[in-house]
This record gives sequence, structure tokens and C-alpha cells, in this order.
Amino acid sequence: MSSTPLLVILVGSIFTNNIIFASFLGMCSFMAVSDKIDTAIGLGSAVTFVMVATTAINYLVYHYILVPLGLEFISYIIFIAVIAAFVQFVEMFVERFSPGLYIALGIFLPLITVNCAILGVSLFMVLRNYNFLQSTVFGLGGGLGWTLAIMLMAGLREKMGYSNVPRPLKGAAVIMLVTGVLAMAFMGFSGIINL
Amino acid sequence: MIEGILAVGITTSIFILLSAILLVAEKYFTDYGICSITINEGSSVLEQKGGITLLSSLIDNKVFIPSACGGKGSCGFCKVIVQSGGGSILPTETSFMTRGEIRSGVRLACQVKVKQNLEISIPEGLLSVKEFSATVASSIELTHDIKELTFDLIEPVDIEQKPGQYIQICAPAPDGVVFRAYSISSPSYEKNKVQIVVRLIPGGIASTYIHGLKVGDSVMFTGPYGEFILSEDESTDIVCVGGGAGMAPINNIIHSLYAKWPNRKCYLFFGCRTLNDVFYLEQFKELAKIHPNLKIVYGLSDPIGDDEEWDGDSGFIHLSVDKHLEFGKKSQAFLCGPPPMIEAVTDILSEKGLKAEDIFYDKF
Ligand SMILES: Cc1cc2nc3c(=O)[nH]c(=O)nc-3n(C[C@H](O)[C@H](O)[C@H](O)COP(=O)(O)OP(=O)(O)OC[C@H]3O[C@@H](n4cnc5c(N)ncnc54)[C@H](O)[C@@H]3O)c2cc1C
Ligand code: FES
Repeated sequence: MSSTPLLVILVGSIFTNNIIFASFLGMCSFMAVSDKIDTAIGLGSAVTFVMVATTAINYLVYHYILVPLGLEFISYIIFIAVIAAFVQFVEMFVERFSPGLYIALGIFLPLITVNCAILGVSLFMVLRNYNFLQSTVFGLGGGLGWTLAIMLMAGLREKMGYSNVPRPLKGAAVIMLVTGVLAMAFMGFSGIINL
Repeated sequence: MIEGILAVGITTSIFILLSAILLVAEKYFTDYGICSITINEGSSVLEQKGGITLLSSLIDNKVFIPSACGGKGSCGFCKVIVQSGGGSILPTETSFMTRGEIRSGVRLACQVKVKQNLEISIPEGLLSVKEFSATVASSIELTHDIKELTFDLIEPVDIEQKPGQYIQICAPAPDGVVFRAYSISSPSYEKNKVQIVVRLIPGGIASTYIHGLKVGDSVMFTGPYGEFILSEDESTDIVCVGGGAGMAPINNIIHSLYAKWPNRKCYLFFGCRTLNDVFYLEQFKELAKIHPNLKIVYGLSDPIGDDEEWDGDSGFIHLSVDKHLEFGKKSQAFLCGPPPMIEAVTDILSEKGLKAEDIFYDKF
């Protein structure tokens, strides 16, 4: 088991190993839904919630079902199925019990199923040998890091609306460039700690 | 080998387990029991199994709310006032509402889910909307993609409609049925039949169904819907501008108009692309011989071929409106056609001095 302290995992997964700027995972919804801060926060909170919960569930499934049977190699399929089922479940649950939250998150939930950052966090947790608590904190940090990244991008894009972007760079191209610059900025954190 | 079987077995069992959890959850979460829907302070009360939209509940109970887009939340026609039990308004609805409407509890019936007892109010006029069964009396090809269909009413045998109103035809769809709006083309004095003019939309559910109907087939529709009211003041001119299947309501307006006021002034502007898109022109020319105050202008937007003859206008139809309409005459206008045409014509009409409240339109 890894012995990294929880606080280090939390800070590390938000800043130094930011899932977007260091691993470039979850890019599709990052590019698609980062045009307004409000929606970015909505999607970010949904991602964080699902990330924490699925990392925890996947931890249990992995260590209590797959490892004892020596079936680590099917973890990809199982993780994906768990994530998809969980998202479905949450969608139904929220629709029934919290219509307000459903309106806020509802449209984002289906997007999350295909967000590779979620799967990524589950796979990293295995790779880095985290225990249950560490995995959950890592899920939380991953989600917060993703939210931070998409909020930064949304803020920049709201401002970029007023600037004069050269024609060939309009749209996705300029977002890619900005993501690159942001990633370099985040490299500045890398001296602090490393996961 | 053993490992392979184990892997498949475990994967399958986990998948089955997850599906089972979801199925149970769905059954539990979407079961809202029986809810009651109280309409217009108790003038009728419906008992309905919860979980479906208010629009479907009302249609199931034969209360027909206009729903031109078939419940997709894109037409904004299905407005009702929900006094209680509807939850808060959704972002999909607000774009169709004025602030006043939001404050007084107006909702789109297709976006409200029945989850508890509801109290709603709907305009009394809608309660008189009926469900009609009819048979196809004729189906005539007007152009390469437009057909005119006439239905003989069976039950009820007659319809009270006003020019500009529309019916909603029920068409079979992969998952159940859909309702689509079609303006009534037959004049309002013809009580025993309903005529419509339908353009075939490639891949369109209802238009494909209607184009495939044969004489003798039975159809089901609801109606009439729509608010347009023809000005009763004889000194007000009527200006009709249309294109394509937008002919339907205009045909109704013109014939109904001359049945009542034989000398009323009325303009008909009809935009087509080529000569092949022209229809009803001869018929209107005949009508204009009896009622000389009917002015007919057909315009072709594409250039005319060398071997074709055309004595009408050329260019887009809003240019014809600009050319022929006098400034400042008291008029009421009815526009019917594709959105860009409506916008262009609306601009010209305001330049001609028409007030916004005298310009009515249906976007097809
Ligand atoms: C008040 C009102 C009156 C109407 N009166 C008439 C009428 O008299 N005659 C008539 O032919 N139609 C009329 N329409 C339009 C009609 O209700 C249907 O929308 C149309 O026939 C398409 O239905 P569908 O089921 O065939 O296509 P759908 O299955 O709903 O749509 C298939 C595809 O076509 C697209 N599409 C839908 N409508 C159009 C369109 N109008 N132009 C281009 N693409 C479209 C859709 O986006 C979709 O991708 C009226 C609509 C309204 C709201
Ligand atoms: S039916 Fe069209 S918006 Fe509700």
C-alpha cells in the first residue's frame, strides 16, 4: 500500500497532477462545456460527486471481487459498467427527490458517463496502490482539480468573447492553445509535491 | 481456460447485478401512484397514473392542448397555467414565456411531469377542441412535393372553424403516435370536410404518412386550434403573404372572406421558386373575375427558363409586397411560410405602416 498522506494526495491531485493539465483526461466535455462559468460549475460539481462515489465503489469491487479471483485484467470493463450504472442511478434518484438539483445537473449527468477522467481516476487508484481512504480523497481531489480547470477555462473563454481571435484559430483551436498555456502554468506547481 | 470462464462469468454476473439494481430503482423511483389533475377549479377532475408528462395525461383524457411540436418543447404552444403541484419552471420553458406569464404560473404542459396532485387552468376554448375521425376523400398532387388532401368528417360530422386555425393530425410513429399541426385550407363555411395542403419533409414522420394516404383511408385529428381572428371591419384590407404549403390558411382566409364580404379589398402574395412550384393560380384568377378587389401576385425567385412563359413578378416575394402595397392603408396581414420570408415581409409591412398587432404569422 502507498503511504502518501491524505493531504498530499488532495493537494497533489488538484494542482500538481491536475487530471486535465497533467494527464489531459476528460478533454471532450472540458472543451464542449467550458463556455460559461455557471455551466462549468454545474458540470464540475457533478463530475466531482460521481468521481468520489465511483472511485469508492470501484475500490471495493476491485479489491474484494477482482483481486481475490485473480481477475485484475477485466477491471477496465467492470469500472466502466459501474460508472455507467452509477450515473444512471444518480440521475433517477435526483430526478425523484430533488427536482431543483435535477434541473441544475440533469443535462450534465449523461455527459459524465463518457468522461474519461472518471475512469482515469479509478485506474490511477489501482496503479498507485491507494487504500480505501486514499482512493476516496484522490477521487475528491481529481474532481476538484477538474472543476478548477474547467472554471479557469470558462472564465478565460468568457473574456475571450471580446477579443479578436485570428480567423483560423477560432473555436476549438484557440481552446487547445489556451489549454496548453494553462498546462504550462500548472507545471509551476510540480516542484511542490509529486504523486 | 478456467480463468477465461471465470472472467466471463464474473463480468456477466456484475453486469446482471447492476442491471437488476437499476431496474428495481427505476420501478421504485418512477412509481408516483395515482395523481389527480383538477382543471379550471374543479370543472373537471382527471385521475392519472403519475410519471408521464402533463400533456400526455391531458391527451389521454381527451383534453386537447395544442402541441405543434409533439411535446418536444420546441413550439411553445402547449401553455397552461399550473396553480399547484408543477414544481418550478424549467430552463427549457423560460424562453417561450414573458415575465408576466412566468409570474402567473404559465408552464409548457409537455415539460411538466405529473408527480403529485395538480391544479391547472386552461382556456375554455380549448375544452371545445374535439377529436375527429374522418376518411380521405381525395389526395391531389399540387407540385412535386406538395399535396392537397380532403377529409370527409365521420364523427363528429361537422366542424366549426375560423380562417387561420389549424388541426393536429395523428400519425403513427416508431414509438406510439405523434401529432403535427396543419392549417385548414377549406373555407370555414364548409362544415363537413377539412382540406389541408402538406409539403413533404424528407424523413418527416407525419408529412410522409399524409403523403402516403389513399382515398378511403381513415384518419384521426384534433382541432380546431389557433387564435387568429379576421378583422370584421370591412374597410380594413387583408394582406396574405405565403410560400409553399403556407397556401393552406390563405386559401381558407380568402374564400371565407369573399363569402361574407364580396367587395372587400384583399392582396394575395405567393412566393415560389420556379414555375413548377406554382399552384391554385388559375383558381384564384377565376375568383378575381367575380371579386375584382382581390389582387393576386405570384412571384418566382429563380430566373425563368428560356422556353417558359410568366406574366407574374420575379424575385423574392417581399420585394413584390414592397412594390404593390400602398403605404398607410389600414390593413391586417397574415403571413405563412419559412422563417426568413416571414422576417423579410414583416420588415416591409412595418415600413408600409402596419402595426405589429395587425401582423399575424405561422412559421412553417
Ligand atoms: C401552426 C402550424 C401550422 C402548420 N401548417 C402546416 C401546413 O398547412 N402544411 C404543412 O405542410 N405543414 C404545416 N406545418 C408544419 C407541420 O406541422 C410539420 O412540422 C411538418 O409537416 C413536419 O412534420 P413531420 O412529422 O413530417 O417531420 P418530423 O418528423 O417532425 O421532422 C423530420 C425532420 O424535418 C425537420 N423539419 C420539421 N419541420 C420542418 C419544416 N417545416 N421545414 C424543414 N424541415 C423541417 C425536422 O427538424 C426533422 O429533422 C404547420 C406547423 C405549425 C406549427
Ligand atoms: S408541445 Fe411544443 S412546446 Fe410543448
